[in-house]
Amino acid sequence: MDAEAQGSIKKIVESQDSKDNFIVVLGASDLEGAEISAETVTLGDPSFAGPLAGVSLGLPVYHILEPDVRKYIPEDVYNESVGIMAMVIDPQEVGERFKNIREKVAKNNPS
Amino acid sequence: MSVVIKDCAYVLVHVPDFVRYGSKPSRDIAVNGEEGRQLEKRISEHVRSYEEAVAYPPNQVFIGNIHPDELHNILKPWYEHPLEDAKREGKFGEILGEEEFYGWVRIADDFNLIWLTPDFIERIRDKAASSPFLTESDLKKLGSGVPLGKILDKVEHDFALPLYYEGAIVGSVRRDHDMDDSLKAHVLLENIFAKASGALVMHHLFRRANLKPEEVDFVLSCSEEAVGDRYNRGGGSLSKAIGEMCHCVNATGHDIKAFCAAPLHALLDAASMVEAGIFKNVVVVGGGCLAKIGMKYSGHLKHQMPILEDVLAGIAFAVTKDDGVNPIIRLDCVGKHDIGAASNQEAIMRSLVIKPLNKIGKKMMEIDRYATEMHNPEVTLPAGSGNTPYTNYKLMGALAVMAKEIDPGSIEEFVRKKGMPGFSPTQGHVPAAVPFLGHALEAMRRGEMNTTLFVAKGSLFLGRMSQLSDGMSLLLERNPQARKS
Amino acid sequence: MKLIREVKIMFQGKKAIVIGERDGVPGPAIAKCLSAAGAEIVYTTTECFV
Repeated sequence: MDAEAQGSIKKIVESQDSKDNFIVVLGASDLEGAEISAETVTLGDPSFAGPLAGVSLGLPVYHILEPDVRKYIPEDVYNESVGIMAMVIDPQEVGERFKNIREKVAKNNPS
Repeated sequence: MSVVIKDCAYVLVHVPDFVRYGSKPSRDIAVNGEEGRQLEKRISEHVRSYEEAVAYPPNQVFIGNIHPDELHNILKPWYEHPLEDAKREGKFGEILGEEEFYGWVRIADDFNLIWLTPDFIERIRDKAASSPFLTESDLKKLGSGVPLGKILDKVEHDFALPLYYEGAIVGSVRRDHDMDDSLKAHVLLENIFAKASGALVMHHLFRRANLKPEEVDFVLSCSEEAVGDRYNRGGGSLSKAIGEMCHCVNATGHDIKAFCAAPLHALLDAASMVEAGIFKNVVVVGGGCLAKIGMKYSGHLKHQMPILEDVLAGIAFAVTKDDGVNPIIRLDCVGKHDIGAASNQEAIMRSLVIKPLNKIGKKMMEIDRYATEMHNPEVTLPAGSGNTPYTNYKLMGALAVMAKEIDPGSIEEFVRKKGMPGFSPTQGHVPAAVPFLGHALEAMRRGEMNTTLFVAKGSLFLGRMSQLSDGMSLLLERNPQARKS
Repeated sequence: MKLIREVKIMFQGKKAIVIGERDGVPGPAIAKCLSAAGAEIVYTTTECFV
């Protein structure tokens, strides 16, 4: 995730009293890259290069293609905006990966 | 229709000593003090030799010596499976070494921005003189050099950047104004690299197309740079500067700016000018982008790979009136991503693929090949940036499913038959569909292929003036007169 | 901070940070979905890695 995005996210989140209401949703096409972005907004920038290096925001992070995200979006809006990508990137695989990411974060940040 | 692409040229310039000056490496080096110096050292230890860059299979595809499909048969990683007997000369151009490129850069310099030591000038003079393209008047511009002491002083005290060859300082690039960011040394270096590599590829185009410089009426640069000054940061015209360097005495030009989609925009403009009868010979040229060099270096270092983004890329196309031989540009089948169209992938692809094909009554599966974002996946995957051509071909396959032309189980087959592996350097504008144009021209001239749709996207949102994406598509078709014979 | 352990997600009233990708799902497309689900979009970007 580029440094500018990291900086903006850090600023927005730290400007609020509570992080409880934030949610991050990604749209990356490459799942390895998505995992890096997910780690960046949860445990901190794994490359230790950007503003979120060493900063654990612990935000809930999802991918727009996860089946468990899709079910909360009105169908017509989802089909038009995102639908075609479900044939390009396997939603089941995305769902599994992100579930694992969230479980890993929960283990690192129990509360 | 009365417009053809007469010919094309593609060059690569190997610039290992300039990876430090790519945008991402230079920013990372600058941020971190002693760590930055260590990083710079690490980067210089992970660059490839010229011979390795020449033998690298995707680079040989780019200059036309092997077809993109042959990459399916070469073991990965490609950088560990160099081609035997790989040549620097390609069907479409060449892979130039850094030492020779310094000569082109010095010759491109009309403002004494680039200082090289007398020893280095002597070292590069013979190679420059043996170039089939450089004239006596060009070679005079090499000059006699500037003493190393003066160069080092300029670097130390006046914000000049040192220029290296094989790790040693051989020159500098100076700024041309003390308060103008558009004329600072790094920007001028980017601009002059685009100019010099643009001139190299344009010369190759003239030779391939049997086109004399004085026959060119207009030049359209689709390069990624911003030639300008503090009052007009992208004023241009790199087109005219490259045209001048190539002695196009009867031409003028202007620069096309559309982020990565610029080459297709430029080809559209060129074709329109010729179709309208305004000009006979229009050249589209894209010089290399120094800013994009080493963009993914950290992924390569992390995976113990050589830094693969060590080549500038140049592209050039000659657009002219129908000659009954060369493939035509179907001006009745132009795809564009309109302002009012939605920004989701389906809407973009419908605009660029379905809509233009519908205009001429064609279905997706009737097109022989598609050329999309042709970025070499070996460069992008280690950095977590995915396999861009593969993703885009799958998207096109998905579109064909939605158009009920294929079933969902046939998307991979679509990718394999209608697509190809990525092979282009990640130079921004260069990978955007056009790397396949030379191969398409060859196949169509041989009667092996009838149609290719070139589809490119541009990330306008990066400029922070619009959230919109952009895109353009053009259909190239085998010349109908050639089909009859 | 309380992390969401369960699969159930409600976007209603959430402050959404959207990181899209040009060759994946662009930011505005994600934002449209989340807005339709009741989220407030506080940041959107589309990354372009090439």
